[in-house]
Amino acid sequence: MTDQVLDMRLKLCPLPVIKTQQAIASMGPGEVLTVICTDPGATHDIPAWCRVHGHELVSIETTDDEFYIRVAC
Amino acid sequence: MTQERKAVALVSGGLDSMLAVRTLQNQGIHVEGINFYTGFCVEGHTQAIRKQDREKQKRNNALWVAEQLGIKLHIIDISEEYKDIVLNPKYGYGQHLNPCLDCKIDMVSRAWQWAQDHGFDFVVTGEVMGQRPKSQRKETLPLIARQSEVEDRLLRPLCAKHMPETLPEREGWVDREKLHDFHGRNRKPQFALAREFGFSEWAQPAGGCCFLTDETFAKKMQDLWQSRGERDYELDDIMLLKIGRHIRPKPHFKLIIAREEGENRYLEGYRRQFAHVRPESHGGPFALIDGRVDTQDDLELALSVIARFTQGKSAPEVTLSYCPEHGQPAQMHTVVPMAADALPQAWYR
Ligand code: SF4
Repeated sequence: MTDQVLDMRLKLCPLPVIKTQQAIASMGPGEVLTVICTDPGATHDIPAWCRVHGHELVSIETTDDEFYIRVAC
Repeated sequence: MTQERKAVALVSGGLDSMLAVRTLQNQGIHVEGINFYTGFCVEGHTQAIRKQDREKQKRNNALWVAEQLGIKLHIIDISEEYKDIVLNPKYGYGQHLNPCLDCKIDMVSRAWQWAQDHGFDFVVTGEVMGQRPKSQRKETLPLIARQSEVEDRLLRPLCAKHMPETLPEREGWVDREKLHDFHGRNRKPQFALAREFGFSEWAQPAGGCCFLTDETFAKKMQDLWQSRGERDYELDDIMLLKIGRHIRPKPHFKLIIAREEGENRYLEGYRRQFAHVRPESHGGPFALIDGRVDTQDDLELALSVIARFTQGKSAPEVTLSYCPEHGQPAQMHTVVPMAADALPQAWYR
């Protein structure tokens, strides 16, 4: 089982969502994707994407100007 | 038991696609949404960058709509392939740089391809005949269906009664009687239907779904092409066109000057790709230089313009650090800020 990290710093919405969607599609059940972003919009959009597609939002952590959003496949 | 029919709907985030989808859901059709990212979408972007806009709750309208409707939404990045549509539209442009008809044909054709790959039966759009000057005229709607090769598997529930019967209607998957006959620019029927469906909120402007319909943006894009001597762009160019003040003192270079903190931080992210300037003696914006500042005169001109936007604009001198290229040491320069009335309006892009 391999967890993955997606670096979306400086990328603007909806790119973090699109890349999250692609990454999750290539992962297996139980794996966790961590998306690192700087666009605060992603903290709304990625959770919305999770709800729409039935994925679990594990956590959102904020450090300085970065957000760490963890999504379970 | 009859087979459940599946439709994929183009979901932009506006009211029309919301109504089109709900109309079909009410007829027992399984609907999923598709949304194409062209790079020009009005979503997010500058809103997310400027601090004053950050306070406003920001959301992706297409995702929000999908959530309200209880459908899946597939967001697909077509920004690379979309260049060809923007640069060489077969049917030309609308009022500004918007190649709406080519864009619609491309999106419907992609949605139809997606539908076939995923076992879906037909494609749905929220188009209303006569609502938009070019892409939704009576003659263009059949053209979209034909050119995208979806033919009669394209259903527009909001104006279906004005259109020839489509395959989903003929096959009895949907009841034509329960579709709508909206047309023209009057949006009252849409609002009435929204009330009937219990929608109390939707994203507003139905004018244009992308920046290509924006006059200022189109002008900046033309300016970019002119200065580079070719019509082409990268995704980063589009992002940067939406941010900061764009001032072109000479044909061969342009300054991109942050307007506030959020833009400052965003532009700093591009410091590896561009020559850049940071005020040192006074507070003020970070700026990128796009193009070449070959001579001392060019550099002084650039710096005096940037100094004009610092807190030292009325000071006799302002010191700025200039980094010509990533990895090179910054050089300190002291200049006289350009007087406000010396900055020609024509330099603004
Ligand atoms: S406004 Fe933009 S996204 Fe909408 S149809 Fe026209 S070109 Fe396409």
